[in-house]
Parts: sequence; C-alpha cells; structure tokens
Amino acid sequence: MSEGLFGIHGKALEIRSQRIGMLASNIANAATPGYKARDVDFAAALSARLGGQETDGAIGSATRYRVPLMASLDGNTVEMATEQSAFAENAVAYSATLSFVAGKVERITRALRGE
Amino acid sequence: MAGPLNLFTVGQRAMSAQLVRMNAAASNLANAGSVAASEGEAYRPMRAIFSEQLDQANGLSTVRVGGVIRTDAVAIRRHEPGHPLADENGDVWASPVDENAEMVEMLDASRQYRNMVEALSTAKQLMLETMRMK
Repeated sequence: MSEGLFGIHGKALEIRSQRIGMLASNIANAATPGYKARDVDFAAALSARLGGQETDGAIGSATRYRVPLMASLDGNTVEMATEQSAFAENAVAYSATLSFVAGKVERITRALRGE
Repeated sequence: MAGPLNLFTVGQRAMSAQLVRMNAAASNLANAGSVAASEGEAYRPMRAIFSEQLDQANGLSTVRVGGVIRTDAVAIRRHEPGHPLADENGDVWASPVDENAEMVEMLDASRQYRNMVEALSTAKQLMLETMRMK
C-alpha cells in the first residue's frame, strides 16, 4: 500500500537507507587490507526500482566498486574524504526525502481527520 | 559471530577493531625503551591483523580482527657492559620499536574510530527521525 501512497519518495528512502549501510561499511573497513570500497549509483538504483525491481535487486544491480583517486599499497580503496562527503550528502538527501514522506503522512492524516 | 549484521554491529565491531589497533600501538610505545638479556627475550612490536567480514544477506561488511601478531623486526644489540641484563659479551638487546611509526598508527586508529562514531551518530539520528515520523 505504501508503494502508491509515497510514490517515488518511499522508494528513494529505501535506497538512501541501504546506501547509509554501504557507506558505513566502507568507513568501518578504512584500515582493512585489500578491502574494496563500494557505493550505490543512486540514479541507477532508483530507476531500476521504479522499473519494477525489488529493492534488493535494484541495489545489487546498481552497486559499483569505487575507483580510488590514488591506489594504496595494501589494496584498500577506502578514501576517507570521499566516503565522508558521500555519507554527508546521502544523510542530507535522506533527511530531505524523509520530510517529503512525513509531509505526505501529515496530509493524509489531516484528510482522514477531516480538518 | 552469529546473527545478521546491522548498522550498529558494523559500527561497534569497527570501533573495537580500532581499539585493538590502538592498544597494540600503545603497548609498543610503552615498551619502546625496554631491553632484554637475549635476542629471543627482546620485546617485538605487535600489530593487529584486520580482515573484512561481509554479510551476504544485506551487503553490509564490517571488520574482523584476525589476531594480534608479533612483527619480525630484529632486536637492536647494544654494547652496555655495566647493564645488569648484559650477557657475557656485555651486550643488551633493545626492543626495535619505531616510535614515529607507532605514533602515526595511533593517530590513524583514533581518527578512524572518530569517523565511525560520527557516521554512526548521523545514522542513528536519521533512524530516530524516521521512527518519530507520525
């Protein structure tokens, strides 16, 4: 039911939330030798999701390995500056999407109450 | 390591891994000046070994501490005949700790710890906002 109610914002919120986890995993593995940082191509994931795919499938098909600006000797491709700015950008976008969803919920509740 | 990963376990394990790393560096620094009677007894610096732990089900991955190993740095022989630990040649064996490298290790570990805390608190904030949505 929430599919139709929240439209694009519900789907976007799901992807944003998955992306938080992925970026947090990158930050967690900043010192793990050989770890390859991953990120979700948000636009690709959203269009796959809008195209009818499930969230997991859409995320899976839009996950890319990060191309490091400078390769490190131990094979780790996490770059703190990149990860932190991506995390911040994603958090702000999550917040924005959340307020759209909250606004929708509020409008529906007001309509239900008949105010 | 049972149970699926969530954002908080990812953060928690990453932070404890960084703490292990910090403890190793602190132990190395503490033993920077120590000497021993033989090469075998000399303190050798410790390093934490990290590996990735991926949860296939949800794509989250965290850090696993594989263990703490002793590096194979060679103890430094110093000629000090008056030292109580000196062997028959009058030599003592000093620990091969590179203080600068340990300080860098410490700094790096604490920065990464802090980054994880920051990321975790932002994620928590967003989760709470989502939860309180009416």
